[in-house]
Amino acid sequence: MTVTDTVRTDPVAPPVEGTRVRRPLRELRWGDLPTGPRRTALVVAMLAVWQVAVEVSGVNPLLVVGPVDVASAMVDGVADGSLVEATLTTLKILLTAMAIGIAVAAVLTTLATWTKLGEDLLVLLTSMLNPLPAIAILPLAILWFGLSSTALIVVIANAVVWPISINVSQGFRTANPTVVAVGRNIGLKGWRLVRDVLMPSALPHTISGLKTGWAFGWRTIIAAELVFGVAGEGGGLGFYINNARYFLRTPEVFAGLVTIALIGILLDLAFTALERRTVLRWGMKAES
Amino acid sequence: MTTLAPPREKPGTDVSMLSVEHAQIGYVVDGVRHVAVGDVSFEVRRGETTMLLGPSGCGKSTLLKTAAGFLHPWQGTVTVQGRPTSKPGPDRAVVFQEFDQLFPWRTVRDNLVYPQRVNGRDKAEARRRADEYLELMHLVPAADRYPHQLSGGMKQRVAIARALALDPDVLLMDEPFGALDAQTRSRLQRELKDVAARTGVTVLFVTHSIQEAVYVGDTVVVLSTPPSTVLDNVDVAGLDDPADPAFTDALTRLRALLAHDDHEPAAGAFE
Ligand SMILES: Nc1ncnc2c1ncn2[C@@H]1O[C@H](COP(=O)(O)OP(=O)(O)O)[C@@H](O)[C@H]1O
Ligand SMILES: [Mg+2]
Repeated sequence: MTVTDTVRTDPVAPPVEGTRVRRPLRELRWGDLPTGPRRTALVVAMLAVWQVAVEVSGVNPLLVVGPVDVASAMVDGVADGSLVEATLTTLKILLTAMAIGIAVAAVLTTLATWTKLGEDLLVLLTSMLNPLPAIAILPLAILWFGLSSTALIVVIANAVVWPISINVSQGFRTANPTVVAVGRNIGLKGWRLVRDVLMPSALPHTISGLKTGWAFGWRTIIAAELVFGVAGEGGGLGFYINNARYFLRTPEVFAGLVTIALIGILLDLAFTALERRTVLRWGMKAES
Repeated sequence: MTTLAPPREKPGTDVSMLSVEHAQIGYVVDGVRHVAVGDVSFEVRRGETTMLLGPSGCGKSTLLKTAAGFLHPWQGTVTVQGRPTSKPGPDRAVVFQEFDQLFPWRTVRDNLVYPQRVNGRDKAEARRRADEYLELMHLVPAADRYPHQLSGGMKQRVAIARALALDPDVLLMDEPFGALDAQTRSRLQRELKDVAARTGVTVLFVTHSIQEAVYVGDTVVVLSTPPSTVLDNVDVAGLDDPADPAFTDALTRLRALLAHDDHEPAAGAFE
């Protein structure tokens, strides 16, 4: 009896290591909820506002459609394969171009790390070509390769190669000299030193280079498809959107846009997961 | 050689492991040669801990880097078991002062296993030895952590364990405890002394602390201000009790040596 009394009347329980801090339900604030539910709730609210606004305002359905119509357009697009095919076409070109861009970046940064001439070359090329909006060379690429997927691949590869090269070579240059000295001390040299010490040291920069490269490439390919309507044999996502506009199929225009946004979000999540498993786990990059 | 300690058993033999003969070492800065180490000769005997003591900037790190194979003498020779130290190698494992000398992407255990693997040890053996040295350096509870999760003292312990696991001819240490707080520092000094006695490893240890030189070392090589020469070799083997009058004598003797060097070091430059 007395024991429970003391426990209950104790106004401030002494903090105990490992105990969970809980707030009474009525004091719960928005910021106390976990990120997932918070964001989901916000998305649901935004969709609801959008749907209600469309229905209440009676806006011309050729101009704006509600999320319900967009969702059904997406379902149709997946069912008849048109949206899936367009997405795959775009992704295939983008991935091919990224692979080429990464390979060229690897050669350039290796040269830049090993020779002064290579370093000068990289600095010069990046300072000239990186500021150029990648889409600007599309006319030239079409002139050279015609209205083909090759033209697009060249444009996208050019868009991704510079941000990746800049970041990776910066990662190599800023590798911790003590760790590199330890690498040499334990007997590493040449390619093995690059692979086992310099490359992991440069990983935080490499990942942010890939992120930027991907973002550049993704924007550029959609823009290229929108403007010129080409994406090789079949049409890509940009073409899908433009084509839908032409036939006034507004729900499909929205469906294409939402697909683009969703893929962007998915890739961002993938990069975040990669960072969490590597550079964040190893304390090589601060949690942001 | 000035003998201060009472006669005692030498921990090592009289075989020379590392030998520096009339070494002159310097740096080229903007095309101009600057001599850091003027003319230095000394020996590190097998199984002993030799301390390089001298004022900041006298070329201690320069000598150690030359022994490690990162720099080359302009004149004279630096040899380990008779072979010039012309390039870096695991027979001269280095422990640096910097806490960030561990591979951040490897766990503590992998930081010990990987360098052995590079040098051809099979997986099971490398792992067994890693665990042995983790135990020796009191690191078992931290074996699966990543370096960024360790305190400075723990990181330096891992670096020492990693170097020892390579079975080096000589362990080169450049002020490894210089950035630690006083308490951790004296604890690690004690541990290193203990581990050196148990493993019989040969150590060349750079310090600018007189106290550390006397406590940790068997022999102290005292360097002058740059371009440095050897002021004296002082035998401090067996001195590990600061209350021992012989310990105090050694401190006084070293302090006097350094103070009489041509450029008086600023008061308080030495502990
Ligand atoms: N990389 C370098 N380039 C030019 N001079 C250096 C370099 N490293 C050290 N020095 C110079 O050489 C001298 C000895 O340096 P160091 O060996 O680091 O001294 P210590 O370790 O005894 O403090 C100093 O005068 C220092 O300025
Ligand atoms: Mg130094």
